[in-house]
Amino acid sequence: MSEPLVIVGNGMAAARLVDELAKVALGRYAVAVIGDEPRLAYNRVLLSSVLAGETTSQDIELRPASWWRDRGVTLKYGCVATEIDVGRRELKIENDESIPFSKLVLTTGSSPLRLNVPGADLAGVHTFRDSRDVDLLLTLAAQKKRVVVIGGGLLGLEAAYGLAKAGAPVTLVHLMNRLMERQLDAPAAALLKSLVESKGIEILLNANTASIHGETRVESVELADGRLLEADAVIFAAGIRPNIALAREAGIPVNRGMVVDDHLQTGASGIFAIGECAEHRGVCYGLVEPAYEQARVLARHLAGREASYSGSIVATNLKVSGVSVFSAGDSMGGDGSEAIVLSDINHGTYKKLVIVDGRLTGAVLIGDVADALWYLELIRTRQPTARIRADMMFGRSLATRSEAA
Amino acid sequence: MTVVNPDLRAVKTTCAYCGVGCGILATPDGRGGAAISGDPDHPANFGRLCSKGSALGETLGLTSRLLYPMIRCGKGTMERVAWSDALDHVAHRFQHIIARDGPDAVAFYLSGQLLTEDYYVANKLMKGFIGSANVDTNSRLCMASSVAGHRRAFGADTVPGCYEDFDEADLLVLVGSNAAWCHPVLNQRMLANKQKRGARIVVIDPRRTDTVGDDDLFLGLRPGTDTALFSGLLVYLADNGVLDRHYIELHTTGFDDAIARARSITSSIGATALATGLSEQDVATFFQMFANTPRVVTLYSQGVNQSAQGTDKVNAILNCHLATGRIGLPGASPFSLTGQPNAMGGREVGGLANQLAAHMGFTPPDIDRVRRFWTAPRIATHEGLKAVQMFEAIARGEIRALWVMGTNPAVSLPNADGVREALKKLELFVISENVISNDTVDAGAHVLLPAQAWGEKSGTVTNSERRISRQRAFLPSPGEAKPDWWIMGEVARRLGFGAAFSFTSAADIFREHAALSAFENAGARDFDIGALQSLSDSDFDAMAPVQWPVRQGTEPQARFFAEGGFFAKDFRARFVAPETPALRTETTAARPLRLNTGRIRDQWHTMTRTGMSPRLGQHLPEPFVEVHPDDAAKYGVADGDFARIRTDYGQCTLRVIVSERQQRGMLFAPIHWSEANATGARVGSLVAPVTDPFSGQPENKATPASIVPYEYVFRGFALSRKPLELPAHAWVARVAVNGGHGYLFADNADVAGWQSWLKSIARDDLAEYKDFGGSVYRAASFDGDRIDTCLFIGPARDAGDWNVIKDLFAADTLNHDQRRMLLSGKSVDGLANAGPIVCACFGIGRNTICDTIAAGVRSAADIGTKLKAGTNCGSCIPELKRLIAQAGTNDPEQRKLVVAN
Repeated sequence: MSEPLVIVGNGMAAARLVDELAKVALGRYAVAVIGDEPRLAYNRVLLSSVLAGETTSQDIELRPASWWRDRGVTLKYGCVATEIDVGRRELKIENDESIPFSKLVLTTGSSPLRLNVPGADLAGVHTFRDSRDVDLLLTLAAQKKRVVVIGGGLLGLEAAYGLAKAGAPVTLVHLMNRLMERQLDAPAAALLKSLVESKGIEILLNANTASIHGETRVESVELADGRLLEADAVIFAAGIRPNIALAREAGIPVNRGMVVDDHLQTGASGIFAIGECAEHRGVCYGLVEPAYEQARVLARHLAGREASYSGSIVATNLKVSGVSVFSAGDSMGGDGSEAIVLSDINHGTYKKLVIVDGRLTGAVLIGDVADALWYLELIRTRQPTARIRADMMFGRSLATRSEAA
Repeated sequence: MTVVNPDLRAVKTTCAYCGVGCGILATPDGRGGAAISGDPDHPANFGRLCSKGSALGETLGLTSRLLYPMIRCGKGTMERVAWSDALDHVAHRFQHIIARDGPDAVAFYLSGQLLTEDYYVANKLMKGFIGSANVDTNSRLCMASSVAGHRRAFGADTVPGCYEDFDEADLLVLVGSNAAWCHPVLNQRMLANKQKRGARIVVIDPRRTDTVGDDDLFLGLRPGTDTALFSGLLVYLADNGVLDRHYIELHTTGFDDAIARARSITSSIGATALATGLSEQDVATFFQMFANTPRVVTLYSQGVNQSAQGTDKVNAILNCHLATGRIGLPGASPFSLTGQPNAMGGREVGGLANQLAAHMGFTPPDIDRVRRFWTAPRIATHEGLKAVQMFEAIARGEIRALWVMGTNPAVSLPNADGVREALKKLELFVISENVISNDTVDAGAHVLLPAQAWGEKSGTVTNSERRISRQRAFLPSPGEAKPDWWIMGEVARRLGFGAAFSFTSAADIFREHAALSAFENAGARDFDIGALQSLSDSDFDAMAPVQWPVRQGTEPQARFFAEGGFFAKDFRARFVAPETPALRTETTAARPLRLNTGRIRDQWHTMTRTGMSPRLGQHLPEPFVEVHPDDAAKYGVADGDFARIRTDYGQCTLRVIVSERQQRGMLFAPIHWSEANATGARVGSLVAPVTDPFSGQPENKATPASIVPYEYVFRGFALSRKPLELPAHAWVARVAVNGGHGYLFADNADVAGWQSWLKSIARDDLAEYKDFGGSVYRAASFDGDRIDTCLFIGPARDAGDWNVIKDLFAADTLNHDQRRMLLSGKSVDGLANAGPIVCACFGIGRNTICDTIAAGVRSAADIGTKLKAGTNCGSCIPELKRLIAQAGTNDPEQRKLVVAN
């Protein structure tokens, strides 16, 4: 008899975990996936492409129903998990049904932050998280509604781009003095700004949203400096919060996310968490790549193999057509670091490599991201770069040719 | 390439450069340029041209030209003036100084690049009308020792042989001549002889130059020992019964003294080897070859001439030819290779301070003859000051007015720093020039007079084999440029000599020159072109190349002296007993080396013309010093690094080339660079101003010198569409490049300073690569898709590839990938180019994906299986689908195209 393994959450982390489990422990577990979204798992990363009309909502489905079936997975989607009974090792779901588990994996993801400003609950204030949001935003764009996107990070930029591409006049307001400030330095952010502006998006920096006005629905956004932006809709894209309520109520230790160890196990034995809801060594990742790495480690661990997760070196890619942005590692560079910079602003290129003690520790690339993966590999492997320093900016093929010469 | 308008006809003219005197066909393009090719009918070259001649078309631009007269005004700046004002000024000032200080207070310094007619007018004006013989020329630096040697031996400055002798000789001995680089077309002729007829070649030179072929005998003798070698040869010839007793008896004098002196210098092969530093075997081989080969031509050039014993060297060579009667015979003769296009023409008119005119000297009968011919009111009666002495007299304040025409003495004279200082003392400093700026102009000229340049001027030149050729105009005169003879004629008229200078054309002058050569000659003087004195203007225009003498009523002759007939009173040649060879200067502990100077293959003189050609800038773009590996080790200098060369006269900073071809104890540096095109590379400033007692020619090839390493931490280069002023702290060499101006530099200042400099001159569209931690800065600014200015600087040997970037700079547009890789400073040839990244997760590029699609893959999932693209985040899947769709629609069209073609 297979061991019952229940996965809460039907997103990208869950799909990858099932895939990895099928590779290393096929048949060992009877897997059930419980998800609240009313559809098969889809590629959330592509929602902005759907919004931009570059792909369709159907096309982003990760796996067909048959794929899940072939792996013996019981799929319950459109179904909310309500309680974990750690002692009884049971998961309760909406209709009071209980599902017993031997192992439980939480992949509950995260939710968009809603700013605590007056008017935040008005009709016309939206978030950009799932495919239902996308359908709503497409409707707004089709009606040429004026949209204010709040948040100049990855999500806000992709939402703004999608909306603009779909036909809406978009203003993006960002609290900080530059876009993607956690990933990009000032010149990179300035270039990104001009590239995004060239897509027809108005960008306001140092723009602190004070309140949202409107009788019954959104009419305008007021900034702290008094500026008033007319708006038919507002999208909050100013950050995410891990979905940890279920775990917290079950007494599983949480911090910002569910605290996991290097086996991705929470404070409760046999209960694991991966993806955006997990907090590993103090870090909650908001990207798909760490979730995939965690899924791979967890699958191996569940298969009884030696596997341990020591954290991810994060790389960010912005999916705005014609605007390639990549950021990895310590992209700012601080004391004791050196920076090599290539900038060709009119040509839409800015590249910065950060070096500490002769090793690549961070990279920011705008425009030319051809060697992003190589830089990421150099950062991850911490190999000395002295011999390739003169050429590494210009890519792996040149640098390795020179090194060989 | 210059596009040629078929309506424009090719003009036959001659090359602007060396003394070979190649014929050229110049076909103007109607836009100020011209297509250049060798004239197949010219007997000097039969259609061949060397690298410099071939590139003449690249040197015709007007960017650096002096286009109108200028006078230094009260504020010290040069201001444009009308011709009449400039000429009035020059005449007035000359008149004033002559009246006050006498005629010897003024001087002309001329050039082997002037035409014979210009030379004639200058000589006539100074020697016949101003009344001084202070007319000298840069030919003094070039072949004055040959002139003096010829005159001592032959009684006249006669080149006995001709170029055909190079074809017919069985042995060609090159002494102090790098003909492969300096006279390439003649060198080719010698190599053809070697190949076809098996002629042997011997190269005698302290340096193993490119003239030395694999199977040639190379005699790398110690500097200044040529006389010892040829004295040893004379002794060998005497001791082995190779002398032509009959010829010696009948046509010469002084043999006994000469052989006695030769024996005292080098009495044997062993003594010769000892004196020259050669092996006995090499010496013996050479002597045997010479002894056993009647058809021998000994060619000599600057290695012989530029010496404080240059005249003796020439005579030591001539002695061997006279003693064997090997002179003026087909394939057997001594032969002086001249350096400049019209050094010979200058000699013919007497444009040297120790000649009077038309191969006449300062003897009372000659003076009287020339005075009568010219109706000269005030003829010079004694020799004037030769170049080095002339500038020393300027430094002493004895010469108050100087008129320089077409030469750059602040670069080319020995002790060039001293010369530059001396020029500042002049009361009147007039320059007739093509260029608006060079080191001499910048040394404080008071009056600049725009002269016609090559391609605009018209007249005659004479090459090394006494062949007079027309140099013809094929371009209009730009701006207000005038012929040199016109300029001098106008000044002469203002000085009150109008009647004697009423020439209206070069033909006018040529006829008078020809008439003077024949005047009371009757075979007494070698130089006689009397048959040409009544050429019509149209005959002059159509004149074919002709070798002198061209005597009235006698058959032309190609050679001299086979049957004697020398130009001394007794019609005999003189054997000259040379002094025991010794360099004028001593090396010391502080100056342990000897500096040799010379030309490189693709540059000419001070580069005012060749420096404009991108093609010629490629060969050796930077000023350098060549050092033997042992000396390099001893003095701590390394190939590619910099070194400071010091002599008692000045210092230079040059790039080091370590070479086995260089002799131990000697340095070699090329003469071409100046302040105008490099920093601290004016090699003339190093050369000792010691001269030959007979010829006055300076010893440019053996100055005691020291070398120490000079470290530059950074190297770099800049390229720009417009001329740049690089920061003063950098060592810079300017190089002509296609599409603009190139600068190779070295520096020790902070790399960040270069960024500020570049930003101050760059356009807004700027790409930069900064690795200040690695001391690298590279930047390029763009004008559309074209590079406008770029700068590459980095640690030595890591600044970027000059040749790669130069080619990209020359291009009118850079494509996306070229611009992307430009600042790598490297060639990206052969690197795989995956194209713009489509799958960011696995770094898969568009080209890679399209290749896969082209190979038949038709779904995103299959691409994923093959390349992994799209299998992680999947965000590229839409683009993968699009690429598949595009390939599907493109394919049939491409197929159609292929079929249609």
